Amino acid sequence: MNYNNSHSKKWVRVTQVENIPLREGRSVQIAGHDIAIFNLGDRFLAVENKCAHRGGPLSDGIVSGKTVVCPLHAWNVDLETGQVTNRPEETPCVKTFPVAVRDGVVMLELSVSDNDHVALQASCRDQTGPQSLSAISARD
Amino acid sequence: MNRLVVVGNGMAGVACVEQILKHAPKFEITIFGDETHVNYNRILLSSVLAGEKAADDIVLNSLEWYEQNQIQLRLGVRITDIDAAAKTVTGDDGTVTLFDKLLLATGSVPLIPPIDGAKKDGVYVFRNLDDTRALLERAGKGAKAVVIGGGLLGLEAARGLQVQGCGVTVVHLMETLMERQLDSTGGGYLKSKMECLGVKVLLERSTTAILGNEKVEGVAFKDGNTVEADFVVIAAGIRPNVELGRKAGLQVNRGIVVNDFMETSHPDIFAVGECVEHKGICYGLVAPLLEQGKILAATITGNKGPRYEGTVPAAKLKIMGVDVFSAGDFSEKAPGTDVVRSEDAALGIYKKLTLRDGKLSGAILVGDTSDSHRYMDWLRTAADLTSQRRQLLFPGPSEDAGFDVAEMPDTKVVCGCIGVTKGAIIEAIHKKGVNTLSQLKECTRASTGCGSCTEHCQQLLKAVVPEFQEESQKVLCKCLSYSEEKLRDIVRGQRIFSVQEVLDIYGNGLGCEICKPALSYMMDVVWCGDHDEDRSARFINDRVHANIQKDGTFSVVPRMRGGVTSAKELRRIADVADKYNVPMVKVTGSQRIDLLGVKKSDLPQIWADLGMPSGQAYTKGVRMVKTCVGTDFCRFGVQDSTKAGIELERRLEHLYTPAKVKMGAVGCPRNCAEATVKDIGLVGQEGTWQVVVGGAAGKKVRKADLLITVESAEEALQAATLFFQYYRENADFLERTYDFIERVGIEKVRRETVYAPLAVQQGLRERLRKSKRLARDAWLEGDEPRHPTQFVQIEPIEKVYQ
Repeated sequence: MNYNNSHSKKWVRVTQVENIPLREGRSVQIAGHDIAIFNLGDRFLAVENKCAHRGGPLSDGIVSGKTVVCPLHAWNVDLETGQVTNRPEETPCVKTFPVAVRDGVVMLELSVSDNDHVALQASCRDQTGPQSLSAISARD
Repeated sequence: MNRLVVVGNGMAGVACVEQILKHAPKFEITIFGDETHVNYNRILLSSVLAGEKAADDIVLNSLEWYEQNQIQLRLGVRITDIDAAAKTVTGDDGTVTLFDKLLLATGSVPLIPPIDGAKKDGVYVFRNLDDTRALLERAGKGAKAVVIGGGLLGLEAARGLQVQGCGVTVVHLMETLMERQLDSTGGGYLKSKMECLGVKVLLERSTTAILGNEKVEGVAFKDGNTVEADFVVIAAGIRPNVELGRKAGLQVNRGIVVNDFMETSHPDIFAVGECVEHKGICYGLVAPLLEQGKILAATITGNKGPRYEGTVPAAKLKIMGVDVFSAGDFSEKAPGTDVVRSEDAALGIYKKLTLRDGKLSGAILVGDTSDSHRYMDWLRTAADLTSQRRQLLFPGPSEDAGFDVAEMPDTKVVCGCIGVTKGAIIEAIHKKGVNTLSQLKECTRASTGCGSCTEHCQQLLKAVVPEFQEESQKVLCKCLSYSEEKLRDIVRGQRIFSVQEVLDIYGNGLGCEICKPALSYMMDVVWCGDHDEDRSARFINDRVHANIQKDGTFSVVPRMRGGVTSAKELRRIADVADKYNVPMVKVTGSQRIDLLGVKKSDLPQIWADLGMPSGQAYTKGVRMVKTCVGTDFCRFGVQDSTKAGIELERRLEHLYTPAKVKMGAVGCPRNCAEATVKDIGLVGQEGTWQVVVGGAAGKKVRKADLLITVESAEEALQAATLFFQYYRENADFLERTYDFIERVGIEKVRRETVYAPLAVQQGLRERLRKSKRLARDAWLEGDEPRHPTQFVQIEPIEKVYQ
């Protein structure tokens, strides 16, 4: 086991599904990221909580299908791809994060330090491995 | 003069008489109808049931029409016998009437399947105006209705009853709904649309009995299951009403048999409409009946020649938001049939075309029927589509308009039900001076059938009549193709209580940042606050009751009615500013204090510490009443504007409005609180108050219009609140009072508020009272959040570090 400052991708338990109301977003500070998680009814999606335009809080936006509309200047951000969809001339993009739901808990796949990884493994020994998690849909 | 007797006062019979009147020689005409109404549009009975139209709205021929054309109308008389040899008809009132020519237009009767107890009290059919009235009387909030039959009529009846507040279950014998018009995929799409509306659908259920002793309690199926019901509607189909034809000795199969000239087996007896059978087919739709009427009119008036050669069957479901169209033969089995198909399950759109020999043979459209005219045209003209094979479902951009009135040939049929061509409409406009839609309806009957061509008729009028004024048709946004006015009607008429329901049924199911807040407001105003509020459909400011700033923090403006505060309040505000490190404290132009740069998570505690109500500075709502010092201290004040302003604010605070509403009250014409450039202003003068509305001092400056001058402050408040509610109910979302008044006109506003009949004023006041009763200070949510994470960030279950 490597105890140096190397990073690897890990699934992290974030919050109970009911903490994010239908068709709304909520923000969470985790592993150095400010992340906006959205409940689209049939699935959850997550992006960096920072609009590509002026850094507006996307978690406060109105959801339109799989797009969120930034509350500051109405830029539309595709929650699947992170692309800005209503400014064809603009190319910036918002970072996206893989999301899964397991046992009623929203999980994010994040890059974490291996030190932390050890602690995680200790507390979640009975969890299914990361590979199978990514295949789980939002509502299981 | 020849005596023509018509048995049947329905659409087919009367439409045929209308055609006969166009020919010479003249007949002495008597029409018998067993209903007690003049001829009405039977197709629109479902709209009457759904509350979209009143019985009077669907009348096709008024009593004056019968009089003007010297037609003897015998209503409420059922013809019970025909003596073909003696040429007489006998009525159930005992009268015997002689005829030279007899026209049978007896229509059809509901088909009642063999079900035990079908005669019980509480079992209805849905065929005529009396049936509709009986159903309207029976239907009521919470009543459980079962509709037997999942065809056009059954589904329309189901939706109508549901709109009236009933819980409705449709029971259908077959595997899919409307199986005569749709394939199983189309039927599936239709089923989910109906279920989306809240109508339950049970398929493959054979009803065997109506349960209950005295009154209906339910229905039982062959499989042994039962469903509860307070009443039952049987809409299992129709059968031609041929009894009289038999009595007259005519050749009768399923219907009264007619040839291509609409002649029966008796030389002086003719038949038209649903009671006839032509080449083995009985039609139950409106277009064929009208075609038959034209042929018959020629034959009976001695102009025999035109032949009836059958009609391509076409049907349209008339349920608002459930678009279904079917025409021709959609089966895929016949050899040489090509099928073109498109599906979008998420949007609920299904389209299928069948082609034979390069020509369209059938079409099914569910969820989007905007192309139905094009397909109907292809069917009618048997157009060769070889060159258009790549654009059958998605026409190229040039054709995308679908219906360019200028390029369309004069022979093209605009109104499919009545069979009115573009040429006929243009002729009516030029030769008969038609220049409104209602004149066009009266003159040509265009758009009086199912009404789906109304828009095209309007386009034609607009193109040809220079002075034609179209109703403003501003569509809300790309998600919903309706104007806000229309949507308000839909929400009210169809009794919809949530934003998502409107989007699911009448829009694309998604919604956007434009329509969602607009619909949220619409729900609030239509139901006076008694609706299912969906926070996700509202802007962040309305989710947390504060104004979002460029850095994601919020601003907090407590309400200070009339701009009057106290030392105590100011101390609390100062303490809050210290305690929460508020970066900026600012006096606003509205005589309020703004705390800027507040964190979302601090909002509930700040509100609690302030102990003041929300100033609604973040929302489309009642912002403030700005006042001057009035009479208490001012040397010039002639009216107590401070008191009046505080009272106005108290009466309207916490309510939402189409756009922000800023008000002012001044105690003399010096106008220190700028009341004449506010949405609503009270201007005190010696002995009177002026109530002014529609002022602006923003991007544009507009002096408010005078609504009324009254004597007392109370009268001024009454007038102001009347206007306030009128604006709430009639303005489009985001439309400020000054734009609203310029659009509507101050004269109309006066007429419909302060000078409106008492009942209208009372209605406005009552709805405002109800809204006010249900409105609460939004900041109370600080103590009782709508949702546990409404104001707080998610605290991750696992802590991880990068």
